[in-house]
Amino acid sequence: MLSLFVSIPFLSLIVFNIPGKHSTRLALFWSAFLFIVQSALALLFSTGTINPVARQLSRIFIFKLSLDPLSLLLLLSIGVAAFAALLAGNNLFREKSQKSNFINLLMVAVIGMNATVLAADLFSVYIFMEIVAVSSFVLISIQKDRLALEGAFKYMVMSSIATCLMLVSIALIILVCGDTDFGVVASGLCAQSGNPIVKLAIGLFLCGLFIKSGLVPFHGWLPDAYSAAPSAVSVLLAGIITKVTGVYVLMRLVISVFGINPAIQNLLMLAGAVSIAFGALAALTQHDFKRMLAYSSISQVGYIILGLGCATPLAIAGAAFHFFNHTIFKTLLFINAAAVEKQAGSIQMDNLGGLSEKMPVTGATSVIALLSTAGIPPLAGFWSKLIIIMALWSAGNFAYAYIAVIFSVVTLAYFLSMQRRVFFGKLALSLESVKEAGAGITIPAALLAGITVAAGVGFFWVLDKLILPIQEILR
Amino acid sequence: MAMEILLLLGLLAAALWTVMTTRLLRSVVGLALTSAVLSIIIFRLNSPVAAVFELSVCAGLIPVIFITTISFTQRIAKSQIQERRRERFIRFFLLPVIVVVAGLALLRWLKIPALMLPAAAGETDVRLLLWDVRHLDLLGQIVILLAGAFAVVILFKEPRK
Amino acid sequence: MMTPELSQVFWLYSIFAALLFITGLYCVLATFNLIRVLVGVEILIKAATLLIIVCGQLTGRQALAQAIVITLIVIEVVIMVAAGGVILCLYKHNHSIDTRKLKNLKG
Repeated sequence: MLSLFVSIPFLSLIVFNIPGKHSTRLALFWSAFLFIVQSALALLFSTGTINPVARQLSRIFIFKLSLDPLSLLLLLSIGVAAFAALLAGNNLFREKSQKSNFINLLMVAVIGMNATVLAADLFSVYIFMEIVAVSSFVLISIQKDRLALEGAFKYMVMSSIATCLMLVSIALIILVCGDTDFGVVASGLCAQSGNPIVKLAIGLFLCGLFIKSGLVPFHGWLPDAYSAAPSAVSVLLAGIITKVTGVYVLMRLVISVFGINPAIQNLLMLAGAVSIAFGALAALTQHDFKRMLAYSSISQVGYIILGLGCATPLAIAGAAFHFFNHTIFKTLLFINAAAVEKQAGSIQMDNLGGLSEKMPVTGATSVIALLSTAGIPPLAGFWSKLIIIMALWSAGNFAYAYIAVIFSVVTLAYFLSMQRRVFFGKLALSLESVKEAGAGITIPAALLAGITVAAGVGFFWVLDKLILPIQEILR
Repeated sequence: MAMEILLLLGLLAAALWTVMTTRLLRSVVGLALTSAVLSIIIFRLNSPVAAVFELSVCAGLIPVIFITTISFTQRIAKSQIQERRRERFIRFFLLPVIVVVAGLALLRWLKIPALMLPAAAGETDVRLLLWDVRHLDLLGQIVILLAGAFAVVILFKEPRK
Repeated sequence: MMTPELSQVFWLYSIFAALLFITGLYCVLATFNLIRVLVGVEILIKAATLLIIVCGQLTGRQALAQAIVITLIVIEVVIMVAAGGVILCLYKHNHSIDTRKLKNLKG
């Protein structure tokens, strides 16, 4: 059953490339359908409605895959983000050949992400992380303009250095444990945990993952890659790709494989706190809309890592919920940026102004997204930040809790500044003829805003079904 | 043991030459040479299948890819080569120094801590391991090759005027 | 238990793997030529390959190590091809493969 999450996208990929007159449109509808099905299945699994059926089907296991509540949450996030990116891409790429290239590469990235989330073997996780990296690298260069190619090249070099660090770590892990399966590695590392070689292996792997997630001080490639990529690709990259290949793998490995010990906890909390601070302060000074959103991503990922580092069950639940929320609102913000770029022609915030009269849907959804990011009740972002701060407080990490709260206020500040510069204020003369973006952009925007509000208002349902089960994986 | 040390020194020397040589094509040839020496080392470490792959792909296919990329890009003029040479020397002369110093430091101070090695177990034939046990890796290889095919189609194609 | 001979073998190979890693890293950081950056990445991956095979040999898991290296080589080829494509497209814009020309993004 689980292997279907990987096999069906793979077969679809083959089918898309059979030449035919309407093949692009067919590809579009089938992909949209597939992503909706993935999200629905993940949701249904969590609520326990189809477990008996799934148990029967899971006898047909072909691949070594495993499922647990964290993976379910991730599958839901991947489905939603890929759906939004698909519709945005369909609207933004005008030429048919570019559309079909985008859909194909998106499907490759989704195969990679699904398998990363479901795999139970260290090297398999690595392979699929590389698949996602290569496909996102090509996606950034899809329109072949100069800035995008530069950003893609820098991204590729940093990703390759991270690759090499992770491979050296895998070599040392084979020396110590003999296999790359999660269970074997976990028990092997635990048995010899005082050994310097084990510490070196864990340290190198964590460095590689920090580079991939864009944590400070390895964040250099992130603003360039996010802002130079074509808008539909930025939606995908910021919304889900960096998080799955970096943050999810970090969470999974720290919880299930490396084990939680004070050294790792301190490292994670420090990296998280520094990222929160640096990302928020840098975002205050940006003039370019997408660059500001990129620094904001660094800051929010810092919150997730801070929660992970605290490592109590409540903190990890908060980190996972913040992961999901960040997927939703960051994708939404980048879709708004795409709409603004397409309709108004510029993403320099100083040149824009007063767009909310001309683009009402974009303006309204942008307000919802920024309120969620800054942690204003009753939206979803408030709950996840509250859980993380409460967990930090109850574990005794008062300094980190203060940092989290203070920079939440800074987040609100820079987002309000963005909103004022871009959407409110006087309409600049050159923007008189701007219209609202087409359905391909407003529909995902409205959907994502709806999810943010629903997850916030229906918070207790979400907590019970999706978040609390994640605490089981700690045992 | 002496043979191993000689081969490893040859590997390091080939890699250093690859990095420090001035002409790009010589660098690519150096890369092929490094791969060849590495594949001999791998063969002597009881891993014949990996050695064959390393030799045929990294010493064959990848230099071809590099040479294709180089052939599409411009050649620099002879006069520029001379002035480049001096500039390169300044930048790169540090490398052998760093390598020798690091090597001596590691020789003196690196101590491998005592380690419990796991017992040999599991499938011992590579081919059976790859085809019967690690299916997910095979799917991964196929998918990444497809991604590479898309990369070629998107990036190497000339737009029709 | 890791016997002294095995320990010495590992010590020897890990020194050379570390030196190869330093060489590759220096190449990536110090060069002004885009294609040489890729050569540096190749050398980095070779260092990792050497270490993986050595660890496989020492623990008796040569099959696992070889399976990993084979897959790694496939990944390496695809990365080189994609990166080569990007360099070609960059060349068409800048007419040079100099990394100093890549200063358009503010970093």
